[in-house]
Amino acid sequence: MNENIAMNDEEYSDYVEQKAKKSPIAKNIFWAFLVGGLICMIGQLIADICMFFSISKEDSSTISTIILIFLGAFLTAINVYSRLGKVAGAGSTVPITGFSNSIVAPAIEFKMEGYILGLGSNMFKVAGPVLVYGITSSVIIGFIYWLIKLFM
Amino acid sequence: MKVGKQTIRLENTPKILDTCSIVGPKEFAGPLSSYFDLHVDDVFVGEKSFEKGESHMLNSCINHLLSKNGFSTQDIDYIFAGDLLNQCISSGYCIRDFNIPFFGLYGACSTFCESLTLASLLVDGGFAKKVVAATSSHFCSAERQFRMPLEHGNQMSPTGQCTVTASGCAVVVPGTVKGNSPKVTYVTPGKIVDMGIKDMTNMGGAMAPAAFDTILTHFKDTGRNPNYYDKIITGDLGLLGADILVDLFSKQGIDISSKHEDCGCIIYDNEAQDTHSGGSGCGCIASVFSGYFFEQLKTKKLNKVLLVATGALMSPVSSMQGESIPSIAHAVAIENEV
Amino acid sequence: MDIFLEYLKVFITGGLICTVGQILIDKTKLTPARILVLFVTLGAIFTAIGIYEPLVQFGNAGAKVPISGFGYSLAKGVMKEVDEIGFIGIFTGGVKATSAGIAAAVVFGYLASLFAKPTIK
Repeated sequence: MNENIAMNDEEYSDYVEQKAKKSPIAKNIFWAFLVGGLICMIGQLIADICMFFSISKEDSSTISTIILIFLGAFLTAINVYSRLGKVAGAGSTVPITGFSNSIVAPAIEFKMEGYILGLGSNMFKVAGPVLVYGITSSVIIGFIYWLIKLFM
Repeated sequence: MKVGKQTIRLENTPKILDTCSIVGPKEFAGPLSSYFDLHVDDVFVGEKSFEKGESHMLNSCINHLLSKNGFSTQDIDYIFAGDLLNQCISSGYCIRDFNIPFFGLYGACSTFCESLTLASLLVDGGFAKKVVAATSSHFCSAERQFRMPLEHGNQMSPTGQCTVTASGCAVVVPGTVKGNSPKVTYVTPGKIVDMGIKDMTNMGGAMAPAAFDTILTHFKDTGRNPNYYDKIITGDLGLLGADILVDLFSKQGIDISSKHEDCGCIIYDNEAQDTHSGGSGCGCIASVFSGYFFEQLKTKKLNKVLLVATGALMSPVSSMQGESIPSIAHAVAIENEV
Repeated sequence: MDIFLEYLKVFITGGLICTVGQILIDKTKLTPARILVLFVTLGAIFTAIGIYEPLVQFGNAGAKVPISGFGYSLAKGVMKEVDEIGFIGIFTGGVKATSAGIAAAVVFGYLASLFAKPTIK
């Protein structure tokens, strides 16, 4: 609040909202769709190549994940992924390569504070919550599933 | 002497003898490149970390200011400096090498006017003969403290601003010193204004009311109006903040649109350099004033300016705890003798 | 022609999941980190209630590569393990199924960061 401005906080917030330039949502969605779709297609291609060499479906899927994670890390290290992310937004954040990017990015930066407390402890600064909530939900789901099986 | 609610009139009108600016590669590629004294090509400034680089940059800036005026570090009585980093480490480690008594300041992006105000007051009171006011900011060190790691692939909001990699400093001397340097006539320290904006990617929107409050108070206290000044220079409101500031004044029936200029809007070519709403950071107004506007004051293209640095006083911690952004603005009136 | 159709399905499924993320970023001011958490949790829940499996059957990598696919693997893994070894499976199943991805992320992340230097965009 300010005595010189004839607006309360809520009115000011709406006023700023209305003045602010909006995100170019159509353009953002186009790129997110395109890049996200393409990354998934690369994943499918790697899995298909593995299966062509008669590797089991499950292993092929795992190999595909590992290679995508490698690519995400590699592209981050050569300063390409951050540029991709600027254009693609969620298209490069949501795929597993983005998960890899969110691990490598802080690791590179916190290397300056040393390898243990810098790099080591900050590696999961951004991606940590994904593991925390992912693994916690899997345990909860497992428990409920176990309970259901117990009574049925 | 205090006049009105917040303003102080400097009876002995200390002079800003000289200034110096240094910018990073992106700022040097911008439209104002020819006005800066120094620039660095590497964001690390030859150091091992961004923080050390920022310190080094500020050090070069102050050293150049002293050497081009033929001063040694012993000539300087006190130094006021600050930056954006926790515990003001850029300033602290930079001034470690100087052996000059030091006051560390934190006013976020408003630090330049804060240090200039205090330096002027110290000189005006006759407590010192030469006082340096300096600030710096660095895109990479600020980004990692306030936002995401640099290599993380994300999109900046259209209201977001790009922290300027730059330092600026000025040396303030008593009004009795010969030479036709511009004088500091009034200072209006601002109070904190918080209109409840919580979005850390919209600093312009959060800081505009603080700038408005300080400038309006300055006019009321001094009896001046926008026509008195050749330019009203704000620090880093960016395109959105500048738009809001002009609009808030027009709601009061005061037109400042022809006088107002924002350093954040002019330091980059926003379209070509993809800086969204413009530049921000303490180095923004420090380098643009020290480089671009001070030159015009010296050559009398401008004679009366009101320099208003704006700052957003939040931290990532307060932001995660759901707090809004408290903002501040300090105004310094700088005039040539005519 | 079949293979073309398969890849088109992958492209559309993956693209649409990312589009949902993009709309959330632009419209709700949710930060990317929150979106990832939301996706992985929803992926796990949808798998548990049987909605995600048909999506994987349809889009294959298009549903597996987005981070919601990580939630899918976690939930699928834990249910399989509970079927096979019972109570202990609650704790071992999820991480076991995704262990390759987690280990790869840690190791490649570590190695990549050793050689990289941050720059401005």
